[in-house]
Amino acid sequence: MTLWKRFITNRGALLGLAILIAVILVALLAPVLYPRGPWAMVQRPFLVPFTTDGLPLGTDTLGRDVLAGLVYGARVSLLVGLVSTVMALLIGVPLGALAGFYGKWVDEGAMRFTEFFQTIPNFALAIVLVAILEPTLTSITIAIAIVSWPPVARLVRAEVMSVTKREYVDAARLAGLSNMHILIRQVLPNTVSPIIVMASLMVATAILLESSLSFLGLGDPNIMSWGFQIGAARTVIRSAWWLSFFPGVAIVLTVLALNLIGEGLNDALNPHLARKGRS
Amino acid sequence: MSVISISDLSIALPRGADREFAVQDCSYDIAAGEILCVVGESGSGKSMTANAVMGLLPEGVSVAKGKAEFGGKDILTVSEAEQRALRGDRIAMIFQEPMTALNPLMRIGDQIAEVFEAHNRHRPAERREKALALIREVQLPDPEKIIRAYPFQLSGGQRQRAMIAMALALEPELLIADEPTTALDVTTQAQILKLILDLREKRGMAVMFITHDFGVVAEIADRVIVMRYGEIVERGNATEVLENPQHDYTKRLLAAIPSGLVGQSTEVAKAPALEIRNLEKTYKTGGGLFRERRDVRAIDNVSLTISRGEVLGLVGESGSGKSTLGRAVVRLVAPDAGEVIVGGTDLAALSDSELRAARHKVQMVFQDPYASLNPRHRVMRALTDGPIAKGVPKDKARARARELMETVGLGADAVDRFPHEFSGGQRQRIGIARALAMDPELIIADEAVSALDVSIQAQVLDLLRDLRTRFDLSILFITHDLRVAAQLCDRIAVMQKGKLVEIGPVSEVFLNPQHSYTQALLAAVPGGGWGQAAE
Repeated sequence: MTLWKRFITNRGALLGLAILIAVILVALLAPVLYPRGPWAMVQRPFLVPFTTDGLPLGTDTLGRDVLAGLVYGARVSLLVGLVSTVMALLIGVPLGALAGFYGKWVDEGAMRFTEFFQTIPNFALAIVLVAILEPTLTSITIAIAIVSWPPVARLVRAEVMSVTKREYVDAARLAGLSNMHILIRQVLPNTVSPIIVMASLMVATAILLESSLSFLGLGDPNIMSWGFQIGAARTVIRSAWWLSFFPGVAIVLTVLALNLIGEGLNDALNPHLARKGRS
Repeated sequence: MSVISISDLSIALPRGADREFAVQDCSYDIAAGEILCVVGESGSGKSMTANAVMGLLPEGVSVAKGKAEFGGKDILTVSEAEQRALRGDRIAMIFQEPMTALNPLMRIGDQIAEVFEAHNRHRPAERREKALALIREVQLPDPEKIIRAYPFQLSGGQRQRAMIAMALALEPELLIADEPTTALDVTTQAQILKLILDLREKRGMAVMFITHDFGVVAEIADRVIVMRYGEIVERGNATEVLENPQHDYTKRLLAAIPSGLVGQSTEVAKAPALEIRNLEKTYKTGGGLFRERRDVRAIDNVSLTISRGEVLGLVGESGSGKSTLGRAVVRLVAPDAGEVIVGGTDLAALSDSELRAARHKVQMVFQDPYASLNPRHRVMRALTDGPIAKGVPKDKARARARELMETVGLGADAVDRFPHEFSGGQRQRIGIARALAMDPELIIADEAVSALDVSIQAQVLDLLRDLRTRFDLSILFITHDLRVAAQLCDRIAVMQKGKLVEIGPVSEVFLNPQHSYTQALLAAVPGGGWGQAAE
């Protein structure tokens, strides 16, 4: 059975995929849906949702359209999530691969370096980095990448170590292939499945991290994001609940979708490890 | 009086499996004090019946029809609770891999006592006494110490004895043994077989012994059942089946067994293909702050030569260093000292880049046909990567790959397929083709046929013999199976604890072994008596 066929037998994963595609579409179509952007003041403040035509989710403290904010926030969340994950993979995969493949002092060095990052709490490090670099979209993305690569490096290292012990790697050595060739062409392709699964979950974590940073006011002040919306609304949470509720729902749904996809990919890529009872 | 009587048992496989029934219309019974051997190759359904009796069928597999009467009840239909009461108490089972069948975090004594506890037998204080008595009964050395040991501290044979002690704890009427000696060395296997025979004698229990090895059958069976594709193709007394098989399949199986008949080795006196001089390799473990350093001399001053066109068999038990020697020759393991001379160059002394250029001179065929091919590469790539790296033009390498697949009997078109589309034996052929693709001066076959069923094993051995005569190959054939070694090799080298204890022509070593270890090894070969048509 092909990967895709196994994937679509998992209903949760399909649901996740549907939600994610919807979020991506909304993000792409944002300028078409709201050409005036998320910052425009369109009505008087604190309009309750579902009461005014054209403003289904009401307005915020400054009279901005909440739905427009959500739509533009989707772009930021997805962008930060994807780019920071790619960056984290670019740091973690090579480091882990080299450590696992060469072992000995290369491994020692790389892993002590990784542990150095792992001993500092993720979120605290991210806050410090953003505070030093001043909050822009780029610096937030970099900060998130820097705090999220260590688990990738450890995973890749472990996978590479186990694949390197396989006999086909010995055979490749005997064939006189160079170490780099063996690592890149023979070993790494066989470690891809867990990396894909982990990456899908990392996107979700990155979205959460970005929201948390924005919530604390460390987001890019020029960019409307879900976390920023919740953060801005926290002072009025008792009088205008919808201002923090809807961005919160958006975060929950997107993160849930990514987790479902990650789990579905895991089951599809490792059919032998898939939980029992599903045929 | 039969202890268990199985009638018309059919076990259904889940849909989409390669056949409808794992076991079909299978009936047999086992009397008290009788050893019944169920023989078959992998996939024959020989273990399934036992699993059904124990209520251990894997998910998706179910009993379709039939009965298994044990103690006046059909144990296939009794409730889970009743089945649990039977298990361990009146029916016990031992498995192939004792390391995974024992709980690694529990002391041996506690594991045996746990069996009593599960069935509410004896008071806690007595349980220990009983456990100790059992450990004595299965002849484990130093029972007081063993009872407090963890599984990883025991050897494979000792673990299997501990498993047997657990199985015997409640004096079962039926013991099911599923390939209990397959993972063990010959000498250990011989001891375990003797233990099972002794216990049968002493306790009068019925034994269902599942195996693929006719040598083992000859050693212990009273009656034999031969299975293929889930059906019983032959049954009868052990001597009858072994000496006068009726069914074609049984005949073929028996014929496929390397017979122990020792051929006269061909005289080879050409230039040496491989010369090993004073090779040494020591593994150091521990050496930390709190542990004493432990040195294991895997290769202890070994010297030998292999002539052009000669097959040298390297035999020994696990841990004897034979695989390390093979790997040291190709420098997958770096030797500590000594020379490995192939075609005039000392491989052991080359630098990494020089070595890469010289790699093609010695190639290896690996043991595990499932791990030795990259699952993501097509066969073509497996066969051409090496030659291309060596500098052979792409077209030429591809043409050669097709030719080689034809040579090993898989057909040129098979190059475009992925490894998972092949069976174990076919993969091993691909492994051989990959080695040949490099035009090596020496091939090292490390347990190359050990993971295969006997009939497949025979085919691969035939292929090796054929290739050898056609291409005048020099082979270092590493194996633990003396019968296989006798079939293929011109000379035999015996290793024990890293030392080369004996080397000589096959007929010399087998018929007139000099070293006491070689004699012990030969004596331990199961079924040695009936196959040994020497000269």
